[in-house]
Amino acid sequence: MRSWLPFEWLAASRFLREGRLQSAAIVLGVSIGVGVIIFMSAALSGQQANIIRRVLGSQAHIVLLPPKEVARPLRGPEVAEAAIVQKPFQRVRSMDQWQKIIAEVAAMPGVVAVSPMASGPVLAVRGEATRAISVLGVDAERYFRIVPLPEKIVAGAPRLNAEDIVVGVDLATDLGVTVGDKLRVTTASGQAITLTITGTMDLGAKGINQRTTYVALHTAQALLGLVGGVSSIDVTVQDIYAAEDVARAIRAATGVEADSWIVTNAQFYVAINAQVVANTMIRFCVGLAIAFGIAAVLIVSVVQKSKEIGILRAMGASRAQILRVFLLQGAVLGLVGSLAGSAIGLIAIHAWNVLLKNPDGTPLFPLAMDARLFAAATLLATLTGLAAAVLPALRGARLDPVVAIRG
Amino acid sequence: MADSVLALEGIRKAYKVGTPVETEVLHGIDLALDKGEFCALMGPSGSGKSTLLNVIGLLDRPTGGRLLIQGHDVAGLDEKAVTRLRGRTIGFVFQYHHLLPAFTALENVVMPMLVARGRADEAMQRRGLELLESVALGPFRDHLAPNMSGGQQQRVAVARALAMNPALLLADEPTGNLDTHSAQGVFDLMREVSRARGTTVLLVTHNQALAAQCDRIIELVDGRIVADRRVDPGQRAPSTSR
Repeated sequence: MRSWLPFEWLAASRFLREGRLQSAAIVLGVSIGVGVIIFMSAALSGQQANIIRRVLGSQAHIVLLPPKEVARPLRGPEVAEAAIVQKPFQRVRSMDQWQKIIAEVAAMPGVVAVSPMASGPVLAVRGEATRAISVLGVDAERYFRIVPLPEKIVAGAPRLNAEDIVVGVDLATDLGVTVGDKLRVTTASGQAITLTITGTMDLGAKGINQRTTYVALHTAQALLGLVGGVSSIDVTVQDIYAAEDVARAIRAATGVEADSWIVTNAQFYVAINAQVVANTMIRFCVGLAIAFGIAAVLIVSVVQKSKEIGILRAMGASRAQILRVFLLQGAVLGLVGSLAGSAIGLIAIHAWNVLLKNPDGTPLFPLAMDARLFAAATLLATLTGLAAAVLPALRGARLDPVVAIRG
Repeated sequence: MADSVLALEGIRKAYKVGTPVETEVLHGIDLALDKGEFCALMGPSGSGKSTLLNVIGLLDRPTGGRLLIQGHDVAGLDEKAVTRLRGRTIGFVFQYHHLLPAFTALENVVMPMLVARGRADEAMQRRGLELLESVALGPFRDHLAPNMSGGQQQRVAVARALAMNPALLLADEPTGNLDTHSAQGVFDLMREVSRARGTTVLLVTHNQALAAQCDRIIELVDGRIVADRRVDPGQRAPSTSR
């Protein structure tokens, strides 16, 4: 003999099977909704990861700068106050106690990597050609943990010894140089050195590739007259969305300026946020539609089954048992619908990855099939079904058996 | 009184139709049924038979009087306890057979046991099959309710009503929808069960011929018992079963 399910399971499954057209229709509805939610979530996180990788791939999450220089007019009874205070110019200058600040910041929670930088504007000279560039002096080992320069090298190697320089590909083209060539670099004050190009790199944007060059930290210090000093400190944090919080903590602890990517790329950050909010709204509304769909089907089912409910109550079924029968139906509809929806989502994500290509044939950006996303969607849909069933189930449980049987 | 399965003392039942209007359907019913008694409850429509049956069956609460089931007053019991008591001591057979259409004959018979204990086991299935065989429907065990004839469905309903071995079997015109032959079959079945198990039966019927085969006939008119007579076994109409 076949094994029998507990009463609630048996009744719930039979009721669902009896109204199989209703059940199938709502399962289809739930699965489409869940599929949409899964695909949208995957698309959102894929798109965000893609954009963030592009934006943050070549810049630090937080940049520490020395406090801005301000003009402080003398004040007092004996001093005549000037009506206009001219803003001072911002020199390239070193941060005070930068070694101590680096040690302090590196020890803060959430900070992954810290790297000092000495940078300033210089001219690159090659025969008749002259280009205004920024020279960024870094400690290769530490800086590569902030910006993975080796990944961006097009030709040569990311080597930064005393006389080496790594330049952007567009600058190399403009100046007609390649790896191994010499490049003369001059500052406005007349300081000049000759460096060997050890590599060319692609940082993702033409403007940046035309201007950016990397040299060793002490080379830049000597060139820019910042002996022993640094002009900024780059910081990478664990959670990019907490960058502003970490920046605030750094400001409070050290007194230096700390600009997070969230502030320096404010519009970009707002755009990402708006996308998240819009997406969440849509997903919430789809979830709500699923809930109401399940509730509607179960309310009808309670009315259709009122006679059966009456009979069950007459033969001793308790209100709690009837309640559970209908709650279970809601949960089962949510579960089955979300499993089918997971399949739909999976197919949609796969189709996206296979069909949508960049003009050059590479995938647009891949969407991850995160098992956690499917698990969360399934769990959420099941709970939604359960919650949607509460009202119909209460209605069924409160049914007066006398009225139900007579009707 | 020791053997009394059911005792009603001055049972009243009133319905609120509008807020100020209250219609009393039962005006103080006194009734006692002994173990194993087979009683017919007769009366014109609107006399309160169904209401009385609902009150006795613990589906509806009286608005006055005392109701004792096997000597226990049910007035103090809460909803849960009443449901439990109903499941364990009272079996119902309704006019429109009221089987659960989504379930097989066997499942319908097992259902009261399943409801009481939550999960079915071998013993329950065996008992369900025995009951089904006792109403001669063993071969129909896996038929869904709507795939059986009216008489067969009503016999399943009787088997189901007996699943918990109730002390009291309430039947509301169980044969009202059946042809004479099937009606007599169902009646004989209940009669047999009552004799074999000592089950007290209260049968609402309009059928004089069936009532004449009972031990006792109670007549209800306008919410009052107007006649309550025992049928002399000698004068009892003989069973006209198959």
